[in-house]
Amino acid sequence: MLQEESDLSLTIAQIVQKLKGSSLYAQLERQAWASLQRPEIKLESLKEDIKRFLKTSGWEKKLQNAVYSELSVFPLPSHPAAPPEHLKEPLVYMRKAQGSWEKRILKSLNSMCTELSIPLARKRPVGEQKELLNKWNEMGTDEPDLSLFRPVYAPKDFLEVLINLRNPNYENGDSLSFRTHLGLIQVPLKVKDIPELKELFVELGLTTGQLGIDDSTQVPPELFENEHVRIGQKVLAEQDSAAAQQYIRQGSPTALRAELWALILNISNQPEDILYYEQLKTNVIQHDLLVDSLIYKDVKLTASNDDYYFVFEDYLYQVLLCFSRDTSVLGHFAYNSASPPRSYIRGKLGIEEYAVFYPPNGVIPFHGFSMYVAPLCFLYHEPSKLYQTFREMYVRFFFRLHSISSHPSGIVSLCLLFETLLQTYLPQLFYHLREIGAQPLRISFKWMVRAFSGYLATDQLLLLWDRILGYNSLEILAVLAAAVFAFRAVNLMEVTSLAAAEAVLADLSTLKVMPLLQIFLFATVT
Amino acid sequence: MATPFLNSLAQLKTRDYIGPTQNQNYKGYGLSKGKEREGEWDFYWCDVSWLRENFDHTYMDEHVRISHFRNHYELTRKNYMVKNLKRFRKQLEREAGKLEAAKCDFFPKTFEMPCEYHLFVEEFRKNPGITWIMKPVARSQGKGIFLFRRLKDIMDWRKGTAGKKLTSLEAQQARSVVNPSGSHDVRSSDDQKEEIPVENYVAQRYIENPYLIGGRKFDLRVYVLVMSYIPLRAWLYRDGFARFSNTRFTLSSIDDQYVHLTNVAVQKTSPDYHPKKGCKWMLQRFRQYLASKHGPEAVETLFSNMDNIFIKSLQSVQKVIISDKHCFELYGYDILIDQDLKPWLLEVNASPSLIASSREDYELKTCLLEDALHVVDMEARLTGREKRVGGFDLMWNDGPVSREEGAPDLSEMGNFVTNTHLGCINDRKKQLRQLFRSLQGQKKASS
Repeated sequence: MLQEESDLSLTIAQIVQKLKGSSLYAQLERQAWASLQRPEIKLESLKEDIKRFLKTSGWEKKLQNAVYSELSVFPLPSHPAAPPEHLKEPLVYMRKAQGSWEKRILKSLNSMCTELSIPLARKRPVGEQKELLNKWNEMGTDEPDLSLFRPVYAPKDFLEVLINLRNPNYENGDSLSFRTHLGLIQVPLKVKDIPELKELFVELGLTTGQLGIDDSTQVPPELFENEHVRIGQKVLAEQDSAAAQQYIRQGSPTALRAELWALILNISNQPEDILYYEQLKTNVIQHDLLVDSLIYKDVKLTASNDDYYFVFEDYLYQVLLCFSRDTSVLGHFAYNSASPPRSYIRGKLGIEEYAVFYPPNGVIPFHGFSMYVAPLCFLYHEPSKLYQTFREMYVRFFFRLHSISSHPSGIVSLCLLFETLLQTYLPQLFYHLREIGAQPLRISFKWMVRAFSGYLATDQLLLLWDRILGYNSLEILAVLAAAVFAFRAVNLMEVTSLAAAEAVLADLSTLKVMPLLQIFLFATVT
Repeated sequence: MATPFLNSLAQLKTRDYIGPTQNQNYKGYGLSKGKEREGEWDFYWCDVSWLRENFDHTYMDEHVRISHFRNHYELTRKNYMVKNLKRFRKQLEREAGKLEAAKCDFFPKTFEMPCEYHLFVEEFRKNPGITWIMKPVARSQGKGIFLFRRLKDIMDWRKGTAGKKLTSLEAQQARSVVNPSGSHDVRSSDDQKEEIPVENYVAQRYIENPYLIGGRKFDLRVYVLVMSYIPLRAWLYRDGFARFSNTRFTLSSIDDQYVHLTNVAVQKTSPDYHPKKGCKWMLQRFRQYLASKHGPEAVETLFSNMDNIFIKSLQSVQKVIISDKHCFELYGYDILIDQDLKPWLLEVNASPSLIASSREDYELKTCLLEDALHVVDMEARLTGREKRVGGFDLMWNDGPVSREEGAPDLSEMGNFVTNTHLGCINDRKKQLRQLFRSLQGQKKASS
């Protein structure tokens, strides 16, 4: 009992500490001062009256949302004496692996830099600044020569690193038994099985209404859809983050989605936020970074070639270029196993005072990175709101998809979850694919790293991301990947090569996500 | 006439989806090639030029079908369409009042050049600073179009070669008596002038606040199948697409000198189109996008305003078009949406391009053709009471058609929901299967 209480007070203290530095605190203070003018505030019962006022004017709700947001993002402290590295990643061998992977990336970036003799960063001459400012809304029309740039790494390079991950404390033994894991990932992390997933994703069950299933044309809207929309509007009127997160587990109506996501991610579009975005824009105009070219290249290679996202090319530049200069993103490295790369001012290599994070936000984009932003362009049109949403999504979810950690939503766990589900519930398929040299993870890895963006039809993707927000977890990506294999199992059993397996699974654009998930979790005999 | 033939006709017409081909032989897909002149065909998807030369002296049996109306240009040539619409609008105002007539205000103010030049100048002076667009009446694919803001720009243009022809015609018009109803007969004006073929132009108010997606301008291509004008029977296809321009929209591209238009003409589909991988969105995607931004009600309103455009435009030429029971026509409507979500009619095409630019496009156009042929019903399988055939929904049947199943078609609006599903799910295969199965059943029962 005592332990729990002290844990709780520690958590409260930490959250208070965090919120004290935020603009919400300043606003609450201002509101409290302003409320002194009001007639109902009496000197004798000052504290109670102000509290009541904050409650009725909706400020308490905002505070609640902010607290809820912190709880969702920040991991709870395990032990007061735990060093900060443990918050990032408790397992030593994972930390080491992430460290050496980062060294490799940085080496690759530096060598590209030296080869092309382009500085990592430079200040733009005034003429160039003016030109960029004029072209800000149509940077996609630029056709700079990007042929010499290569993406720093692609998902498949990262997969190789994960395949070679080993826990030095774990002895597998050479003999094969039924317990042997047949997949590529060979680390002993705990992953959920279907009964546990059914408990986690209980709202996706057969008896609960879902958007993505129960809003199809054959189902009369009175049965589920109308009521669901009504509840959604109520949730938005109440401005309650926690309620929104619970609500969205059954999917979000198209018209309400943008606001619901903003509520769940606790994004306000205050003047300060718009100003912040403008500042970032100014940074982009004034300085040119090497990563800018990497971003350009990535957008041109991926989003611009996509049948549907090509329209949003310009927005992608506006978001990603600003993102790479946003130092507030550095905050997420406290709970990310990765660490931001460091660079040194020219000539001062190794001297700590001259170390800077490069890029300023510490995130080096890889091939396909821009696809995290593209689906959001469907929902948000003001650049600052689009930017904020992307940033929040990144520091809550997407960063886990390309850093090595033992977190249940980390990419390693997702891969293991996928392989385990397949091996346990579709053993014949798994064995067959393994025999022909088509390890399933080799095909599904790219889907999971990109959170299926660019592979599913946009409306289906948004329904999937609704659930990621609703359950505050990325495990659903692994479940969907397994469900896709289960769906195409008959065809896959007949293929005889990796290339043929890839062909069977090349086009996911016709898939309906929610029925697949439901069938896999709730309608398959286990 | 066997169905497999018609299906293969649909295949033939859209077979090349990887880039354009020059040998698209649209002529004579009758039972045997080359026999078209001898009239030994039952079905002809013809060229407009063939039509103009041969229709008048071709005898057609009762069952024969041809894919154009004799004087379709009343709808598809911009200057005629404007005249017809203006006249229809006046009639509506007389009969049903200003409110009803205002429903015809979906066409930007247009003046025919050169005969309405003075009216145009008056309008121009009333609205200084707005942008106008000059379009040749009978050309397509954006050729010859340009934008201008000053009268001086037209003066310069008139001094060019196009202008020379125009000034000569202007002189003629001043001398001759202008027929009050406006002579639409192309040949008579041909007779009047001398050897130089005159090109007619229209000056139209340019829509300066188009709806932009991703900073880009786009227009919508929608397909309407008209089976007859008297009575008016029109079908609307559920699929279509939005064509995006490659460049970002900006009004500053209009210089002070008269410039040739780049940012509107580019997105017209043409065989010379820049082969960027599909600058098109299917209408379902477009509808979803709008719904997520503006909500489903606003989208409903927009789409029912578009229905209004189709119906009113067809009604305006209903009395003028020679309604021949052998004729049907598949029109391609070009619609532009402005920032207030108001749809504007840009033009109507009698021969919409059936060349596909991508796999998706190919699917759309083959299915479109197949369903059009089902509606034409050479095999006489349909009862004539169907409200949906594949991807086509019956939009107008001498009166509005209700979405309600089985209910008699009401003429008052009230709780009326029209039977159109533009941009909605197109489960045409399933519908066709059910339809033909039930028709077969009915046939067996009655035999």
